Amino acid sequence: MLTLAHFLSLGAILFCLGVAGIFLNRKNVIILLMCIELMLLAVNMNFVAFSRFLGNMDGQVFVFFILTVAASEAAIGLAILVVLFRNRRTINVAELDELKG
Amino acid sequence: MPITEIVFYVFSLVMVSAGVAVITVRNPVYSALFLVLAFFSSAAIWLLLEAEFLAIVLILVYVGAVMVLFLFVVMMLDINLTPLKEGFIRYLPVGIVVAVLMAAELLLVIWSKGSFDQGAFPIPPPNPVGFSNTKALGELLFTNYLLAFEAAGVILLVAIIAAIALTLRKRVGEKRQNPAMQVRVQRDERVRLVKMDPEPRQGN
Repeated sequence: MLTLAHFLSLGAILFCLGVAGIFLNRKNVIILLMCIELMLLAVNMNFVAFSRFLGNMDGQVFVFFILTVAASEAAIGLAILVVLFRNRRTINVAELDELKG
Repeated sequence: MPITEIVFYVFSLVMVSAGVAVITVRNPVYSALFLVLAFFSSAAIWLLLEAEFLAIVLILVYVGAVMVLFLFVVMMLDINLTPLKEGFIRYLPVGIVVAVLMAAELLLVIWSKGSFDQGAFPIPPPNPVGFSNTKALGELLFTNYLLAFEAAGVILLVAIIAAIALTLRKRVGEKRQNPAMQVRVQRDERVRLVKMDPEPRQGN
């Protein structure tokens, strides 16, 4: 039988893959953005699973809004990336140290 | 084994493998394509959870718009890949340790007795025939969550304007018209009347 724990486990594994991706690809901004998308997908999976097992549609409304915000985040992030590449000719995070942070 | 479980395990396996591929392949183009595969499998699993509208939206909006945008940017930028992959081996142990530890903790909580198993969350019956997920979601969205819905629209508008404003630029040496200047032009800037004596007739 497919219980709630199955779906939550899938979401947890996916989220950990996203975190691992941020560790492994810390030089490449594009893959960092993709890892954020992966983590958001894991969160959405949990929302949908809880919505189904609690018999409450509110979780799906939240997924709807998360998808909206994630889409705008991706659009602005990629726009910043394009401007960055135009000015610096690189998207290597290690070379972006203008602010001396 | 019922068909739903087979579907769940097959699509979960595809999804997790695609996730691993996203973070390990060298080429960002392949990374984006594997992310598309992960979104597709996720949509199938959402169909199992009877969230039909969101499954379709995930494919249409995410695969159709966001991932295509990613692919556009990845292919448009001429990236030198070699320096971007350095440190991959160096951070591999740390990444694996953190990810495995986090996954183990989460799974420990999820599978502990009485938290999320069948006793605490009994399996709900399937929705009755004729139940429309889209209609139920729409009714909720346009009553209880109307303000949030409008705010989401404003957020998308801000995203459009921000993305255009960030990437719009004036190139050097580019010729373009300025309609305001064209409308405001005066007669004196275009026409110059010259007074001169008439020239004598030629050929005499």
